[in-house]
Amino acid sequence: MSPPATTSAPSRPRGIRAQRLLDAIAGPHGLDRYLEQISPTLVIGECRAEIVAVERGSEDSVTLSLRANRAWRGLRAGQFVQVAVEIDGVRHTRCYSPASPEGSGRELEITVKRHPDGLVSNFLVDHARRGMVLGLSQADGDFHLPEKRPDSILLIGGGSGITPLMAILRTLCAEGHAGPVALIQYAPDPERTIYREELDRLAAANPNFTLTRSYTRAPGAGELDGHFSPTHLPQTDPDFTAAETFACGPPALLDAVRGTWANGLEQRLHVESFLPPTLLPADEPGTGSIRFAGSDLEIENSGASILEQAEQAGVPAESGCRMGICHTCTCRKLSGSVKNLLTGEVSATPDEEIQLCVSAPLSDLVIDL
Amino acid sequence: MSTTTESQIPLTPEQIESFGEELDAIRQRVLADRGESDANYIRKVIRAQRGLEVAGRGLLWAGVFPPAWVAGTAALSLSKILDNMEIGHNVMHGQYDWMNDPALSGKKFEWDNACPADQWRHSHNYMHHTHTNIVGKDRDIGYGVLRMSEDQKWKPYYLGNPAYATLLALLFQYGVALHDLEAERLASGEVKLADKRKLLAGIWKKVRRQTLKDYVIFPALSGPFFLFPLAGNATANLVRNVWSFTIIFCGHFPEGTHEFTEEETENESRGEWYYRQLLGSANLSGSRLFHILSGNLSFQIEHHLFPDLPANRYAEISAEVREICERYGIPYNVGPLGKQFGSVVKKICRLALPDRKSRAGDPVPVAEHSGEKERLPVAV
Repeated sequence: MSPPATTSAPSRPRGIRAQRLLDAIAGPHGLDRYLEQISPTLVIGECRAEIVAVERGSEDSVTLSLRANRAWRGLRAGQFVQVAVEIDGVRHTRCYSPASPEGSGRELEITVKRHPDGLVSNFLVDHARRGMVLGLSQADGDFHLPEKRPDSILLIGGGSGITPLMAILRTLCAEGHAGPVALIQYAPDPERTIYREELDRLAAANPNFTLTRSYTRAPGAGELDGHFSPTHLPQTDPDFTAAETFACGPPALLDAVRGTWANGLEQRLHVESFLPPTLLPADEPGTGSIRFAGSDLEIENSGASILEQAEQAGVPAESGCRMGICHTCTCRKLSGSVKNLLTGEVSATPDEEIQLCVSAPLSDLVIDL
Repeated sequence: MSTTTESQIPLTPEQIESFGEELDAIRQRVLADRGESDANYIRKVIRAQRGLEVAGRGLLWAGVFPPAWVAGTAALSLSKILDNMEIGHNVMHGQYDWMNDPALSGKKFEWDNACPADQWRHSHNYMHHTHTNIVGKDRDIGYGVLRMSEDQKWKPYYLGNPAYATLLALLFQYGVALHDLEAERLASGEVKLADKRKLLAGIWKKVRRQTLKDYVIFPALSGPFFLFPLAGNATANLVRNVWSFTIIFCGHFPEGTHEFTEEETENESRGEWYYRQLLGSANLSGSRLFHILSGNLSFQIEHHLFPDLPANRYAEISAEVREICERYGIPYNVGPLGKQFGSVVKKICRLALPDRKSRAGDPVPVAEHSGEKERLPVAV
């Protein structure tokens, strides 16, 4: 039972006063900068998570069980989080969709698949260990199970795109969902099929859950073969036109799915993908676009430094030395790739600080300005 | 320094260019090498600072007992010094931006000092570091109240130079806070107080917070014994003020450092910019602990050449910088604290008086890396 509002109201001013006093005492750094010296997960103003279990299912993936600190506000099945990991002193942030069901409290599970050139995925697959503390964002994204559960649900997942679907599936199973649920899972071969055993168990235990697998590199090993095609659909139950559909996976899979769900069916389809930035061709430095998120303005990239382009566009950008030493123009790049003109260093990951005066765009950019 | 405006760089344009390239190469090498050890270093210093601060505040809470007061004041003084010098100053330069850690972001960091961090970033990172020792542009030359260069025209006001310097040392955090107020231009009517309203509001907000914390809240926590933490906090602020004044004035004003005119520095190349940073800065020799407590501003030369390299790297690159300077015949000014500060004090007193006529054109001795005196390589 929740306490009546009247009893909690008088305690509020006291709470605010205590908070203000603490802020004043801990200023200018703030309370968290002291709490983290005791334990990194003790901070109250930002989410962090400790790895509590590591399961290395195959050579190219790892499943991490995380326990978030008290700042964590929970997630809806299918949403993603940003996970920050420090590698050689540098903090890198990546998006992962936890596979844990709604109502897991502060526990969450992510599966990381190794990308051949992926710095973070390689680091986590090889080096993640119990006790390691990771940065965490609150859960985000519109790709999630609606609060009012649809009756029939179709899930389409490719590779590590299975993880948000796993969260949806586990949530439905835990809730005893009665309607028909179908999953078409795409994987290279049975060995590289994420959550294979658990999915088999769920399919055996829940008669309303239909599991279909399609292997792209092991013909004949699954119920279907090859990449997504509309012909995969009629074999599944329920009828896809009636179901609420959730698809997650590589861009090619999602494009194919989107093509099939055209003609008025689009609003029944929910897709999720994390796209790497597309680099501009090296011989065309002056193409692409720059979006200034804070000013809600998009311009064509002229090839000049981002600072000059911001100024020409009338975006209020602070600046100083214009030679890369004073860091007055440092700004957060929300997405896209830039090249540091002094060092030649390329920044390709989202949410990195860049010096506008010595940075030039390498792709479409979004700048927090 | 005072009369000629024409720069006489003793190096050929080709030499200046290759000199700049050699320094660029050092910078690139360190940039590429930054990593876990630098991250661990700054976090270790932060950990020490937080520990000293908590210990200091705790001991001063019980400051009615003399040993607790002494230990608490010492710990808090050290904490404030570390916070301002090795942590605040360096983090706000963006030296650790590459770590991408929001808590170490140069744009967001705030320090335990009366000066608001965003104003500091403008007056220091931009104005002072870009226009180092250019009279009329670099407000660190005398902070608008002192005469630190012959290029500043003498007037009777400057008879008080030593007294103003003493006051500035004692109240240094407020001097730094009022840096961008441009007091002397306000006095001369060049700028109006109304133009500075936003700036003053920012200063007032920060000063009020700092004052509330050090002089109201923490003393109040000791109840009837409030005077003890109050005195301890005031002492710690004073110690930090005098220490940072001393280190900072030793960075640019010992005998042998140069000031420049705006004309001299027009259209500078990268190599010439490096050259000016070198001539305008001076180092302090000392132990590892001394370097940490000075925020590695004891390597003022390296800091001015590479203001955004992690300061814990200055020691290792100083040998190379020195070797390059020797090869190009550029003076590298270094000395122990006592000697360098002594020469700063002498300069403050000397410049209180009008210039003696004969000075202009005299060779000013250059310090002193090998004990011998050299002729200045720029016009004097």
